[in-house]
Amino acid sequence: MSMENHGHHDHHEAHHDHHEHHEESFITKYVFSQDHKMIARQFLITATVMAVIGMLMSIIFRLQLAWPGEKFGFINWMLGDKWGKDGILDSNMYLALVTIHGTIMVFFLLTGGLSGTFSNLLIPYQIGARDMASGFMNMLSYWFFFVSSFILVASCYVEDGPASSGWTVYPPLSALPQAMPGSGLGTTLWLVSMTLFVVSALLGGLNYIITVLNLRTEGMSMRRLPLTIWAFLVTAVLGLLSFPVLVGAVVLLIMDRSLGTSFYLSDIYIGGQALHYTGGSPVLYQHLFWFLGHPEVYIIILPALGIASEVIAVNSRKPIFGYKAMVGSILTIGFLSFIVWGHHMFVTGMNPFLGSIFVFTTLLIAIPSAVKAFNYITTLWQGNIRFTPGMLFAIGLVSTFVSGGVTGIILADSTLDIPLHDTYFVVAHFHIVMGLSAVLGMFAGVYHWFPKMFLRMMNKKLGYLHFWLTFVCAYGVFFPQHFLGLAGVPRRYYTNTEFPLFDNLGDMNVMITWFAIVGALAQVLFLFNFFYSIFRGDRAPDNPWNSNTLEWTNGVGHNHGNWIGKLPVVHRWAYDYSKPGKEHDFVPQTVPLEDGEKDGGVTDDHH
Amino acid sequence: MKFLVYIAIALVITAVLYIARILELSAALRGEKQWVVNKRDTKLNARLMLIYFFAFMAFVAWQFYEYVPLMLPVAASDIGAEIDWLMNVNMVLIMIIFVLTNAVLFYFAYKYAQSDERKARFYPDNHKLELLWTVVPGIVLAVIIVFGISTWTKITTMPEKDYILIELYPKQFDWTARYAGDDNKLGHAEYKKITDLNPLGVDSVDQASWDDFLIRNEFHIPKGKTVLFQFRSRDVIHSAYFPHFRQQMNCVPGMNTSLYFAATITTDSMRMITGNKEYNYILLCNKICGASHYAMQMNIIVDEPADYEKWYNEKKNTTIFAMTKPVEQAPKEEKPMVTDSTKTDTTNHSGEKKPN
Repeated sequence: MSMENHGHHDHHEAHHDHHEHHEESFITKYVFSQDHKMIARQFLITATVMAVIGMLMSIIFRLQLAWPGEKFGFINWMLGDKWGKDGILDSNMYLALVTIHGTIMVFFLLTGGLSGTFSNLLIPYQIGARDMASGFMNMLSYWFFFVSSFILVASCYVEDGPASSGWTVYPPLSALPQAMPGSGLGTTLWLVSMTLFVVSALLGGLNYIITVLNLRTEGMSMRRLPLTIWAFLVTAVLGLLSFPVLVGAVVLLIMDRSLGTSFYLSDIYIGGQALHYTGGSPVLYQHLFWFLGHPEVYIIILPALGIASEVIAVNSRKPIFGYKAMVGSILTIGFLSFIVWGHHMFVTGMNPFLGSIFVFTTLLIAIPSAVKAFNYITTLWQGNIRFTPGMLFAIGLVSTFVSGGVTGIILADSTLDIPLHDTYFVVAHFHIVMGLSAVLGMFAGVYHWFPKMFLRMMNKKLGYLHFWLTFVCAYGVFFPQHFLGLAGVPRRYYTNTEFPLFDNLGDMNVMITWFAIVGALAQVLFLFNFFYSIFRGDRAPDNPWNSNTLEWTNGVGHNHGNWIGKLPVVHRWAYDYSKPGKEHDFVPQTVPLEDGEKDGGVTDDHH
Repeated sequence: MKFLVYIAIALVITAVLYIARILELSAALRGEKQWVVNKRDTKLNARLMLIYFFAFMAFVAWQFYEYVPLMLPVAASDIGAEIDWLMNVNMVLIMIIFVLTNAVLFYFAYKYAQSDERKARFYPDNHKLELLWTVVPGIVLAVIIVFGISTWTKITTMPEKDYILIELYPKQFDWTARYAGDDNKLGHAEYKKITDLNPLGVDSVDQASWDDFLIRNEFHIPKGKTVLFQFRSRDVIHSAYFPHFRQQMNCVPGMNTSLYFAATITTDSMRMITGNKEYNYILLCNKICGASHYAMQMNIIVDEPADYEKWYNEKKNTTIFAMTKPVEQAPKEEKPMVTDSTKTDTTNHSGEKKPN
């Protein structure tokens, strides 16, 4: 299993950086660390905690949807009486739960958690850099993330409850405490938390971009970058260009709420009086929000796709099919993601002509997405697939990306969006294509790079059980929701029993909830495996997956500066798996090209 | 109940921990690495890939069998029929892509599971293949886009004449319908004029308002006649969702929006179709608007035109509009229905915000 460690070939002549000998205190090593590996682990563990909170919230509102009016005493016990008397969830708190669930999952797990963990871990490792361009900014990025997570969770405990107007916090609902209790202090805290989150995302993103562009080791040209790094790079660019717009939207909302401006508010009569706001437009907020919001879903999915590219290639023992097309589609998706936001607003009263432009641009995204899906599948073709838990999750990702992607074709079509807008069909669509795919991708990454993070291996059997239970429950929860949507059930309804139209759908909701409960329990397996393996797992060898990328060339252990001695030199692309004429079925990037050997997957029989 | 739940959760967690521990110990006894993928794992997972695919497809098929009868009945409007046709075409298309792509994915995962007897094929790219699956989706999407946008343009172009004008006015958490009356013009209304007696803030000075009347809980529309709905909102964003007519539009404070459709199936006929004597068309709020969002709805009754006339005349004469209505001055003569009602207008058909 162990192979020659190419990263160490100049070991004796290496000069050691002086700081490698520097003993770090507990505080600088584990708390205010500037080391990318530690920061990656901090992001991962914080995001795991947030994910558990977000998942528990979803279980609580699933219980309410399956058995409306049923008493669940643990709700009071866990959360206090304001969440519902006698264990019956309060309808305001139902909305609070869906809001905070969405916020946590979208921003804290799948943006902060996913990019924060894997961009931090893999960018310096896979490009052959000692660390991020700015370790200090990187540290700030994590701590802003931490504080913003803390504020968001704390907001659940304020008297009137947290923000409850949906994760998109549309004004006027979110701007007027008279409209719902959560729009008071809860929303103020949500807005503060989100602003800090954006600071974190920008500090991180700037760092990722600069590091990829400037700190690549000798020989690591852009054409040789692993697809993970391409995905992280484009993700960071998207974040850098779109998150500031969210801050703009948030600041204007704060001004409307606190200073009496009228950016988003006009012509409102509420609580027995006509408010002074005039001339604002709630739709302006939606434009600003979705200008971030749509790139945001690609900020979520691209890193997951990048991880899948790497995991699928390594475990198929094949080059990723169509490397250039994959890079091209990442770039195309990134570009298009900025000109499609209006498809969230087809029924807002936006000019219908504008709507048709957004139909056109949105449906274009299906092309690079299809290329990616087909390229993954072709990578499997005639491979020699090793079913590591990471590989299973990556295959699962391709399935959900396709299954959720095709319903996007329906929703992108403004005509078809009219009857489905804001129904459970949308919930099913985005949970499968973005939520599930990104979560499965994140799991793939955790299982695959766990040895780099914690120097030990995760248990494969628990991993298998975790995958199959999760994958069964994932479709079990979200596939039926398409039918709920086609039956006309709106999302964010506290219960569907208020009028007879949806009475025959009760059984479906019960089934979905059971899948959700089993799926949540399956995550206990993961948490156990994760924390157990950190301390008790088998020790990791240098290169457990026989992988080509640079992160496996520095030996086991966490060194400050990543490589003891000189940085590795790159001679080839990352995907020389099963290359004809080679002794092993993998050729690390540090192995020089032989005489006459061509790089980048060009073989002699090819031309 | 409470204790049972706690105990159940505790038991499940304990069981999981024990199973994990047993697995670990048994693996250690056999001297296996707990992470190296062996032949047994490969075989197991490869088979599960195939089994999963068939189980997944069976699950999907079962859902179609079980749930399609629970879906909304046939579209009850002209626009709805067009949308449903387009929806069905698109659904068939995406189901084909969905089944085929998943089939190939899981089959490859099964078929190319690790084996010592062969090596993976070094196959880094194939430009023809990639061109194929760039161009084919491109063409398919072009067709979808053309159909989609042409229908969209049609259903978002508001009718110029021959329609019945009704305002639907939402607030937390109910709807009020304002019929435009015999002049088919809605009188000017604004939020500053709202009082308890004038919940829509209708301007009594505007003559167009004199024959407007308000309906709550259940409103009627005739079959076969285009109805143009206009929306404002009193407090937050709501969305007027007509699932049976496949129409929807947000109601935004400070903006005027609108939609239209002509009902094609009366409530009585729909009750026959669904075999449910109490079946009702319904207007729902479909934009999160607060605690009772889920309960904000209104019944819609589609009548034969003659029945509608009867209902309309009855309501017109008996509904007391909040405004002091100078009955003797109310316009009686039939007027041609025109789009532009008043200078201060609530009839902005493009649905865009009027510059202030």
